Amino acid sequence: MSPLILILLLPFLSFVISGLWGRKYLKNLAGILSTTTVLASFVISVTTAYRYFFVDGKVAGKFVAQYPVDFKWLEFTPDLSIHLGILIDPISVMMLLVVTFISLMVHIYSLGYMKGEERYATYYSFLSLFTFSMLGLVVATNIFQTYIFWELVGVSSFLLIGFYYSKPSAVAASKKAFIVTRFADLGFLAGILILSYYSGSLEFKDIIARYTDSSSPHLQAAISSSFLGVSALSWGLVLVFIGGAGKSAMFPLHVWLPDAMEGPTPVSALIHAATMVVAGVYLVARLFPVYAISCPAALHVVAVVGVFSSAFAALIACTQTDIKRVLAYSTMSQIGFMMFALGVSGYGGEAGLGYMASMFHLFTHAIFKALLFLCAGTVIHFVHSNEIKDMGGLKKSLPITHIAFLLACLAISGIPPFSGFFSKEEILTAAYHHDKLIFWVAVVTAGLTSFYMFRLFFSIFYRGEENTHAQSHHGEGTSSMLAPQIILAFGSVLAGLIPFGKFVTSDGVGLEAHTDWNFSLLPIALSSTGILFAIYFFMKDNDKAEVLASKFGSVYISLKRKLYIDEIYEFVTKRIIFNLIAQPAAWFDKNIVDGFINTIGKATQVFSLTTSVWQSGKVQAYSAWLLAGTLVVLIMCLYYLQLL
Amino acid sequence: MNSIPLIHFLIVSTALFFIGVYGFFTRRNMITMLMSIELILNSVNINFVAFNKYLHPESNDGLFFSLFIIAIAAAEAAVAIAIIINLYRTHSTIDVEDANEMKL
Amino acid sequence: MMDASVISFYVISAFLLTFGLMAVTAKKIFRSAIWLLFSLVGIASLYFWMDLQFLAAVQIIVYIGGIVVLIIFSIFLTQDSGSALPRAIKSRKIGAALLSVFGFGIIATLLARTAFIETTTPMDVEMKTIGFKMLSLGGDGYALPFELVSILLLAAMIGCIVIAVKNIPGKP
Repeated sequence: MSPLILILLLPFLSFVISGLWGRKYLKNLAGILSTTTVLASFVISVTTAYRYFFVDGKVAGKFVAQYPVDFKWLEFTPDLSIHLGILIDPISVMMLLVVTFISLMVHIYSLGYMKGEERYATYYSFLSLFTFSMLGLVVATNIFQTYIFWELVGVSSFLLIGFYYSKPSAVAASKKAFIVTRFADLGFLAGILILSYYSGSLEFKDIIARYTDSSSPHLQAAISSSFLGVSALSWGLVLVFIGGAGKSAMFPLHVWLPDAMEGPTPVSALIHAATMVVAGVYLVARLFPVYAISCPAALHVVAVVGVFSSAFAALIACTQTDIKRVLAYSTMSQIGFMMFALGVSGYGGEAGLGYMASMFHLFTHAIFKALLFLCAGTVIHFVHSNEIKDMGGLKKSLPITHIAFLLACLAISGIPPFSGFFSKEEILTAAYHHDKLIFWVAVVTAGLTSFYMFRLFFSIFYRGEENTHAQSHHGEGTSSMLAPQIILAFGSVLAGLIPFGKFVTSDGVGLEAHTDWNFSLLPIALSSTGILFAIYFFMKDNDKAEVLASKFGSVYISLKRKLYIDEIYEFVTKRIIFNLIAQPAAWFDKNIVDGFINTIGKATQVFSLTTSVWQSGKVQAYSAWLLAGTLVVLIMCLYYLQLL
Repeated sequence: MNSIPLIHFLIVSTALFFIGVYGFFTRRNMITMLMSIELILNSVNINFVAFNKYLHPESNDGLFFSLFIIAIAAAEAAVAIAIIINLYRTHSTIDVEDANEMKL
Repeated sequence: MMDASVISFYVISAFLLTFGLMAVTAKKIFRSAIWLLFSLVGIASLYFWMDLQFLAAVQIIVYIGGIVVLIIFSIFLTQDSGSALPRAIKSRKIGAALLSVFGFGIIATLLARTAFIETTTPMDVEMKTIGFKMLSLGGDGYALPFELVSILLLAAMIGCIVIAVKNIPGKP
């Protein structure tokens, strides 16, 4: 068995050990154990990446997929079986690096952040479970294995969001996350079934091969059969995308992400910023050849949903006052970027720029978004509140966090030479060459991004006097909390310089991406304008922002209320589904189904009561029945013998 | 003897049998039930001797059967009376309606 | 033809059936015993009519002189013989009557349809023959049943004493 299996097994072992014995025996050692296992996984991932990208990954100038582990788990027929395995190709290696690295940073950060927590070992066992599940998802060789680990990731997320289970809001949030993503997974499962039915296999390589070869009978069958005017292939791909949209918090399945901020902040950094929420993007990227070559209509759906979610989230983020919620909507917006970058991409060569840009943005976003959340965690730890109004003037008290936050904001705003600039610029280039409308919406969204991020930055660190009361408190944070922030800050600055196109492209052939400065002037200008607006409104303590908000009136209020999407969902479920469907079903179950069983029971009771009379214990009754029975038998015999 | 056909004997004995049966089903006192049983046994006796006399007069089997039945009926009546007396001592009643459980 | 024997047969039959009926329906227990006695007398007279003197004698001695007397003893031992017996349940009476009539009907119909082949040779009921047959060991001898019945009577005797004894001597 290839040593690559250790990447998955080590976190799983940590989960089992911490989960079973952590509470009683390991206590604080659980953190060390988990961190060590993730560190080991990270080291193995780095060596794998080095080996794949630089030594033996390329065959004839093109990166091809390798299958170091492939195990047939369940066989239905000789042609159809479920495998479990490890797939090594450019995006899975990239994801291995991202997941293990960010997980390692979060593990180290939690050593300081969660110290003193009573359920410390449980927390680390859940983190290990999540790491295991996410790693299993990214290296899946077939779509069913993806689904298995998809659900596992959902469970880990549920456990971690609801970690503070004594808080009702946390419990509600974890339930909401699980239910919304589960609902989306219904679509995912339907998509899996459709795609595997027509292609005859669950393996990614088979699905891609059979659906992209225009002469294959599988493709013909999938295109020709249609339901409600849409071909089966389109249905399958769109349904799979719906599953991805649930996990990636695309509109309208985004409602769980802001509420998921009830979990501990390191959890938000790991799951809801860097890794789990990009699972949907990863899924589309996995099946990208099928989307791009055989079903451009589905790809267009992806693009539209992505750009709409992106703009939607950016607008709402401008009004939110909870630091973590701003970051949550920011995540949704950036993932929208990744989604529509895939949506505007073609396959192969220059046309595949969008794909490469999307994956690059995934990489850089993981780094600076995790950094933003960890800094937010430090700030929250310092002022013991999530609200912006409780912060302000923290520049002197939290110097390292201040610099790190600034670097991350510059990265996310797309200011050169930080990492975000390179990835965003390539996304905008791809959009420009494909669909102008999407391009303009994306550019405006990018401007809004820098506005609300710097609004957050200035509100925390500048506006108002120094926060003196908190100064007597503990310092900025322990070294275990600051070290990951520093490392990630370096990453945010330098990651943009990686020549990503050489490694990850839609068809495996290296792509040379060059920066077109003329083109980039517009986005840079808009981002800078956003920063200037933020300085104007938020750097000094004033009420200019409130004046502007009241001018916008109802628009501002509805944005602040997240455009009432939650209320709509609640209306649909409570009034319509519960009353019209659930209540009658419950009535039916209680009265008719239960009633039927109760009637059977009652009938048996009545029957037994009637027949128990025969067991009266009275001799005369017995003998009377004896005589009667004998006479009856006698008559029957006489009839039979024809004597009567 | 042959002026009465066999069938008349049999009717008489059957009637006596079913009178005994009626008494057995209806009576509440155990001793009266015993009396009904004696009637039944006697009807059987009549049957035996009638068949013996009319169908097989060369042998005496029916007669001996009846003799033995009478002897055995006497023994049985004695044992039944003993049981009834015992029951009367423990329950102070010999109403058959009350004796419907195995427990004391 | 209307012989005296024919008429007397019907009279005896009526006699025994009537008293049998009265025995099972009497309200007072002592009267029921007396009606039973008369019914048994009727049966003995039926035996006499059939020329079976020994059997009739045995009937009178054992049944009437033994069993009925035993029954009367037990009546005295167990209850107040002057008072009325508890009445049976009406539905029980009707059910039993129906059952009895129904059974009687079936058996009677069955008997009526059977073609009995009657012979008229007389029976040998000499006392000597009976005694001889009772104790002989040969082909038509009844020595074995005789001995078995005697053992049965012994067992019945012992059983009655054991069941009915009040105090076993030696035990409190």
